[in-house]
Amino acid sequence: MALKHKATVMDEKGMQQALRRIAHEIVERNKGLRRIALIGIRKRGVPLARRLQAYLNEIEEFDIPFGILDITLYRDDLSQRQDQPEVHTTDVPFDLTDKNVILVDDVLFTGRTVRAAMDAMVDFGRPASIQLAVLVDRGHRELPIRADYVGKNVPSSRNELVEVRIQDLDQAEQVDILEKAPE
Amino acid sequence: MQTLRRKDILGLEEMSAEEITLILETARSMREIMQRKIKKVPTLRGRSVLNLFYEPSTRTKASFELAQKYMSSDAVSVAGSSSSLVKGETLKDTVRNVEVMGVECVIMRHPVSGSSHYLARSVEASVINAGDGMHEHPTQGLLDMFTIWENKGRLEELKVVIVGDIRHSRVARSNLWGLQKMGAEVMVAGPPTLMPPDLNVFGVKHFTDIEEAVEDADVVMALRLQKERQEGGLFPSMREYAELYGLNAKRLAHAKEDMLIMHPGPINRGIELSSELADGPRSVVMDQVAAGVAVRMALLYLLLGGTKE
Repeated sequence: MALKHKATVMDEKGMQQALRRIAHEIVERNKGLRRIALIGIRKRGVPLARRLQAYLNEIEEFDIPFGILDITLYRDDLSQRQDQPEVHTTDVPFDLTDKNVILVDDVLFTGRTVRAAMDAMVDFGRPASIQLAVLVDRGHRELPIRADYVGKNVPSSRNELVEVRIQDLDQAEQVDILEKAPE
Repeated sequence: MQTLRRKDILGLEEMSAEEITLILETARSMREIMQRKIKKVPTLRGRSVLNLFYEPSTRTKASFELAQKYMSSDAVSVAGSSSSLVKGETLKDTVRNVEVMGVECVIMRHPVSGSSHYLARSVEASVINAGDGMHEHPTQGLLDMFTIWENKGRLEELKVVIVGDIRHSRVARSNLWGLQKMGAEVMVAGPPTLMPPDLNVFGVKHFTDIEEAVEDADVVMALRLQKERQEGGLFPSMREYAELYGLNAKRLAHAKEDMLIMHPGPINRGIELSSELADGPRSVVMDQVAAGVAVRMALLYLLLGGTKE
């Protein structure tokens, strides 16, 4: 299946602004950083969470606990998939009990990844709250899940792909909509 | 490669370096789960596993059972002595019966070499060999390699000496195949009577002098002297074996400072390995045991996790 570029919805500057704004919203809503913990969902949630951490520290200097979550073992489609997803390491090096955990991911789509991430979270302890920050919300939820912080709402159709590229992983910094075009 | 395209894990002889690497990398991710307060992931919920042990085992059996629990699979364990085997039921019949009860994976330890291959051909369920006679013990080989890899950061170009009763050892065979595929240089040491007649198949050097063998080794692996498999006359006495081939601090005086000391367990303390070494700073025996659970979790995930076409 070929992919056709349809539109660029965020550029480098747009992504920076969105993350900065989210950082401010997080501080405002949680009244500071004292009880916050950041957890990036592999793969692209991790560098995004790192950036969020840097922006949060511009607002207030505080050592925010940081974790990495691989949701593979919590997926609900393991027995249906032909290709078995590779398991990567989860690293949550702090106790998240009584923390306001901010889960960070690049795109919110069906909500199934977030469901898996929340299941994983409760295996690590009992957070005071779990909040969700995403760079892009593209709609089409299959579960009753919503984000607390959204970089940009991008209405999309199901046969489109939202591609987030981040410097650390993709040598580019932008969000594009690609259209699945029949050959 | 991200998928293990095979039904069974029977031995490391038939496995590729890529497959072994995938298993070790997956095991590394699994180890993190063992360090959590709640040691359980829902990955294999609703999948059933049978542990069939026709030989005594503590470590391997406990390790498989814990791995199964940590992955949320449902497991039943049957010991050979309490099974219908004593009523004359064949192995094939036993497993076919539990297969129709919904078991998708069978872990088997059996005293006859090749029994797990036979079982794998006879049933649709995945078979993991937990030790078959004097043939192979692939999960032990994998956990040994995982332990070395974690402690040394690599397997390529490491010098590994396996000491003791190579002849009767399925652990040695799995390690010989696996380590060499991963690029390690493997040597064996011990009395000539305890070397297998087909040692040249592996293309490894044999030493009778332990001190010479371990001189520039990165890893030394002591094997258990298997009293139950000695047909007599292969060595004069346990004491003499300990005198000539047992690993102790004096014998390793000239070995590398950072050499790893390994043993698959259970240890005959003071025979093949002194207590001083087994409990000393260079010993990774406990790492091996912990690695066992992670490696077995990885194998269960890789065999049962996806759909097989």
